[in-house]
Amino acid sequence: MMRRRPLTWRKLSNQFVKIFSTAAVLLAVGAMLWILYTVACYGFRSMSLSFFTTPTMPYGGPVRGGIANAFLGSVMITFGAAVIAVPPALCAGIFLAEYKDWKTVSNVLRFSANVMMGIPSVLVGLFAYIILVVPTGNFSGFSASVALAIIMFPVIMRTTEDMLGMVPDALRESALALGMTRTRATVCIVCLSARKGLLTGILLALSRVSGETAPLLFTALFSDGWPKNYFTGPIANMPVLITEYSTNSPFEVMHQAGWGAALVVTVLVLVINMSTRIIFREKKI
Amino acid sequence: MSIKIEARNIDFYYGNHQALFNNNLCIEENKITAVIGPSGCGKSTHLRIYNRIFELYREQKVTGEVLLDGENVLASGVDVLELRRKVGMIFQKPTPFPMSVYDNVAYPLKLHYKLTPRETAERVEKALRGASIWEEVKDKLKASGLALSGGQQQRLCIARAIAAEPEVLLMDEPTSAIDPVATLKIEELMFELKRRFTIVIVTHNMQQAARISDFTAFFFKGEIIEFGGTEQIFTNPKIKKTEEYITGRFG
Repeated sequence: MMRRRPLTWRKLSNQFVKIFSTAAVLLAVGAMLWILYTVACYGFRSMSLSFFTTPTMPYGGPVRGGIANAFLGSVMITFGAAVIAVPPALCAGIFLAEYKDWKTVSNVLRFSANVMMGIPSVLVGLFAYIILVVPTGNFSGFSASVALAIIMFPVIMRTTEDMLGMVPDALRESALALGMTRTRATVCIVCLSARKGLLTGILLALSRVSGETAPLLFTALFSDGWPKNYFTGPIANMPVLITEYSTNSPFEVMHQAGWGAALVVTVLVLVINMSTRIIFREKKI
Repeated sequence: MSIKIEARNIDFYYGNHQALFNNNLCIEENKITAVIGPSGCGKSTHLRIYNRIFELYREQKVTGEVLLDGENVLASGVDVLELRRKVGMIFQKPTPFPMSVYDNVAYPLKLHYKLTPRETAERVEKALRGASIWEEVKDKLKASGLALSGGQQQRLCIARAIAAEPEVLLMDEPTSAIDPVATLKIEELMFELKRRFTIVIVTHNMQQAARISDFTAFFFKGEIIEFGGTEQIFTNPKIKKTEEYITGRFG
């Protein structure tokens, strides 16, 4: 006769794990909801049409300012970063996924991407400050774009590699078997087939850098008024506005505007994240 | 009767591992030659030499000669793109490109020929008819190729492979991922195709080889054990190993 193990303990531990994981889920979701709730509560008070249409104004002026210039500035900086980072990051990702024979180069590239991903963003900001701001003598939106591009590059490169890695070899082979060159097979067939994944990677990288603050403090800084000198002058932007208004100002009106801007950034990041999910869920074409 | 492809003294290596040993095989024009044998015996490996698709992987090496119409396609001066226009390939799993049915078939046409849109449309229809799929897709040419059923996808791939008017079709287990009814359709299609093309098919299914092929080559552990007319191989094999395999004693 084999001696039976009591069932009670096994059932108990089963229950314990179940309860513990459920609690962990509730904690994670709860924390997110709490943040959203807080930002929404405080931020909602400053919502008005003029908040989105007027630029920031120095405190005490006759007109109460909005955040329009900061919003526009952030869009310019982020778009600029995407223009700088996306093409080389896609190419590097393609290299890693498609040209597997170049092992040494790939390993160096992958290693340096990992290192880059681990570098604190404040250092990236400092780097952009030293190579772009100091030599030219002025803060600029462009230097901010460069800093954000440095942060985006490894993220997009790795997702590109992963997404292309999911394309089956048979598709590559069937493209080549029709007499396509390697380049055409890669760009026209493999990348086309993974295009949703590539787009998702880019959008996620954008949403990741759209809230970066530290690099912008060294590069774009801030300026009241509309962003006119992207390449040569400091430029208003959302993250710095939030930091300055919420923490560095003694005036309640500015605190409120800061929360309003925080709400806008939060909603924007949410929208980007949700749209990536929708893109991914869509039926294949 | 004439020889379309002749493989001479083929040895093949995956890195340091030798997978094919001194393969010699003649493929007759406008006939179906079946390649059979147990898993891992080198059937697909042998097939993938004919259009040099194995070269995608740098560690794979071949020695020997493959003569296509008397010209060695493994020679260094041969244009691989032109070789692959002449020697089309169908894979185990259907691989439609992520584009419309029409564009799938038009792709190789636009790749190799300068055609007017009208000529392209005619060629696409011809290829789809040639692959016996025109009636099923003529009303949804704009629909995605990925939206078709598995069997339809495979015939779409056949249409794509024959669109650029190749001379040889290599089929690497083309029906192993497809249901029996769709398989039957593809087998019937192959009888039509062999009028225009020379076909080499790798198959796991011995009944399939017996039904459709004119010649059969039996592979075992990287060697060609026996080659001959399909009827002779299946009714009167000269070598004991072949007999054991086709009677199901191993494999």
